[in-house]
Amino acid sequence: MILVDIFTMAAVGAGMFFFLAGTVGLLRFPDTLSRLHALTKADNLGFGFIVLGLLPQSPDVLSGLKLVVVWLLVQLAAATAGQLIAQFVGLERRRDPAA
Amino acid sequence: MTLLPDLALVLLILTAAVWTVAVRDRRDAVIGFIVVGLLLSLAWVRLNAVDVALTEAAIGGGATGLLLLRACARLVPRPAESVLPHPAMRILTVLLCSAIAAGLAAIVLMPVEPPATLAPEAAASMGELGLGNPITVVLLAYRALDTLLEKVVLVLALIGVWTLTPDQFWGGAPASLRAQQSSGALTLLAQVLPPVGVVIGVYLIWNGADHPGGTFQGGTVLAAMWLLVMMADLREPPEIRLHSLRLLVILGPVVFLVAGFAGFWIANGFLSYPPAFAKPIIVIVEAALALSIAVILGMLVAGPAARAPR
Repeated sequence: MILVDIFTMAAVGAGMFFFLAGTVGLLRFPDTLSRLHALTKADNLGFGFIVLGLLPQSPDVLSGLKLVVVWLLVQLAAATAGQLIAQFVGLERRRDPAA
Repeated sequence: MTLLPDLALVLLILTAAVWTVAVRDRRDAVIGFIVVGLLLSLAWVRLNAVDVALTEAAIGGGATGLLLLRACARLVPRPAESVLPHPAMRILTVLLCSAIAAGLAAIVLMPVEPPATLAPEAAASMGELGLGNPITVVLLAYRALDTLLEKVVLVLALIGVWTLTPDQFWGGAPASLRAQQSSGALTLLAQVLPPVGVVIGVYLIWNGADHPGGTFQGGTVLAAMWLLVMMADLREPPEIRLHSLRLLVILGPVVFLVAGFAGFWIANGFLSYPPAFAKPIIVIVEAALALSIAVILGMLVAGPAARAPR
């Protein structure tokens, strides 16, 4: 029981670290694409670790599966949003190469 | 220690709200509004009002935000300085808003003793209706009239949007929702997500009987899936003269009204259900309402017709 709790704390802690790093990157990085990179990393790794850490705490298999589904959906949405923002940046740059 | 996350949440909501009001750019303000909606839904979760949280996230953040963003895109851009109304108007707005905020705060901070509540009575006959979610019991049994009028208002809103159609386009299709530049990623999302989203929407509607969820939340998820398909240019918005579309728009309120009037014969008055059939009637009404909500929200975002009927 204790081991499971330690695993949860370590994984959720790692997830929080990635969110913190992603937020710092979002605030500090110089251009949109690098900021996007920081943000998507936080989403991927941070959220992934938090779900991984919460999995052993779920009371039954169904709750665990729901967590995994939520994780997959967030991945899909975040990846698409990242692509769309990056494409928009590319479009702007082609219009105005100086920017 | 448990107070700390709540305080942080309250601070975040206040900051986002002040930023939304203070920011000059229209689109920034709408994005701020969406953020406030999502944060508010977290606050509702903390207050154990998951039904309200789901509605706030789906309607307050999602659907209304999308509507406002579309409205922003259609409005003629104006220089930031001319946006400010007259100073007297601004002072009046601040005073009225502060009065409302103070009134609400007074009600929350100085509750009546003992608190006036109908909750025990509402919860008492839950078993009779065959439902497990007290929110749904109130929405579809005790205050069904309010819920009915809410849906009728949605139909009126859609009629209002449609009346903005220029004469030569009447009956035609709204402008395409597709992005300026086609995107493979968006197309993939619009092909992969809808099967999942439709299941989640139906689950929310069905689940609403016994657990948090319901017609509005489920209907909004269905509408979001339809809008995603239209935005990825996999389907065009339908022509507003289509009879099937118009039937779907009024289906929910009509079924609700029929169930309501049937109450005169099969139970004891308008919108009352005989206990033996309460659950099936409520489920049918909810399903019809969710379909109508999905269609209405989708068409509201699509806007008035912008092409001549073919």
